[in-house]
Amino acid sequence: MSRKHVFVVTLLLAAASAAPAVAQELLNVSYDPTRELYQEFNAAFIRDWQAKTGKAVTIQQSHGGAAKQARAVIDGLEADVVTLALAYDIDAIAASGLLARDWQKRLPSNSSPYTSTIVFLVRKGNPKGIRDWGDLVKPGVQVITPNPKTSGGARWNYLAAWAYARRQSGGSDAKAKDFVTALFKNVPVLDSGARGSTTTFVQRGIGDVLLAWENEAFLSIQELGPDKVDIVVPSLSILAEPPVTIVDKVVDKKGTRAVAQAYLEYLYTPEGQEIAARHFYRPRLEAVAKKYAAAFPRVNLITIDDVFGGWQKAQRTHFADGGIFDQIYQPR
Amino acid sequence: MPLRKAHSVLPGFGLAMGFTLLYLSLVVLIPLSTLFWKSASLGPAGFWQAVTSPRVVASYKLTFGASLVAAAINGAFGLVVAWVLVRYRFRGRRLMDALVDFPFALPTAVAGIALTTLYAPNGWLGAPLAKLGIKAAFTPLGITLALTFIGLPFVVRTLQPVLESLDPASSSSPATCP
Repeated sequence: MSRKHVFVVTLLLAAASAAPAVAQELLNVSYDPTRELYQEFNAAFIRDWQAKTGKAVTIQQSHGGAAKQARAVIDGLEADVVTLALAYDIDAIAASGLLARDWQKRLPSNSSPYTSTIVFLVRKGNPKGIRDWGDLVKPGVQVITPNPKTSGGARWNYLAAWAYARRQSGGSDAKAKDFVTALFKNVPVLDSGARGSTTTFVQRGIGDVLLAWENEAFLSIQELGPDKVDIVVPSLSILAEPPVTIVDKVVDKKGTRAVAQAYLEYLYTPEGQEIAARHFYRPRLEAVAKKYAAAFPRVNLITIDDVFGGWQKAQRTHFADGGIFDQIYQPR
Repeated sequence: MPLRKAHSVLPGFGLAMGFTLLYLSLVVLIPLSTLFWKSASLGPAGFWQAVTSPRVVASYKLTFGASLVAAAINGAFGLVVAWVLVRYRFRGRRLMDALVDFPFALPTAVAGIALTTLYAPNGWLGAPLAKLGIKAAFTPLGITLALTFIGLPFVVRTLQPVLESLDPASSSSPATCP
């Protein structure tokens, strides 16, 4: 390219970036397994926003372990909206001053437009006979889960296991601690996010059982065909509420608050709820939930508030530096 | 200083040195100092606790242990590779020579994914190893293999000029194939 050409191109680029009619851009920083959900949802929202306002919007997605993603936002990744795996990670962003501390009251249903839970994914025919949490600590069973220090899904896994052990006859915190210690002794690989663990289990063929988001388990079956893996629903699991919110400081700086708000609200509309349900997230809207009721197994669900007294307390006790996870996961 | 200036063959020592210092600061020192600055926020007690916690100590052992083994392997076999590339002239030598740089050029993440796919229990090399009861991917063995892969060019490229200087024949008479 001649020097003159370079000059012209530079001018064009400058003109394009300075043009007032340029499309607004949103960055949605999300957790690991939501890629497919938000790909479809973003396309639907872009159409809807164009139809309603006549304005164009483009949406970028970023995915990874929820705690890692929260860290990136705190360290300066300019997310307009965050759609993470659990409330604590958004609390951590709020604590850094980027968004309002009462964020969870800003949208309906604890700002969680869809819910999910934790199920087991096993090899076809369940050769190790894994039926419930108790089977995970048996010798010779390899369990795949991501790392609770970086992944939201992994923290739901851990807490569901803890709650199960606590509920057994004679269960206590000490017994539950022994149980999760034994469980993590059976974990050969700790990936940093849920999708990484799915890859390890499904593509690399490592492990006998994957502790997975329900949506991730269904997606694996859809991708692989039902002849490779089976879903096992344990006797008890946890109600996972992945929350969403706007990052106030970023939208105010970029002038994207209106479109970011509309984006999150669209998750609660019948269209948004249908998309969530099609990607195996449990919809909140009664009508959509009824329509897809048959698609989701009936699971005996406990909640984080009932058993652990909320995320702040659970995080402090179990996952903070020096917490129970740090005590039990030690080199042998 | 004036003495050195007078003896300097290159013009503009001050300018070149200034640029070098600036460049090194921007590229190396500033990112490194961030590391120290960030960890200093822990305070001395917190820092000590962090760097001596059992999991971190286990990571030192793994890192240094695996690196040492990989360096030993590369020291031996890298020497053979460098020797062959310097001493002999044969078809495909230049291709082989270029191939040595491959681990350098390949992004580490890509190398990691390729090696895991290869050595996973259902991979080409991992499957026969698994039959023998050897697990490679996600184990210290896998890490050593990856470090051996990454370290090869360092050894070969360091040894080549040394071997060339030891062996004046190779530069003057190319056809010394035994």
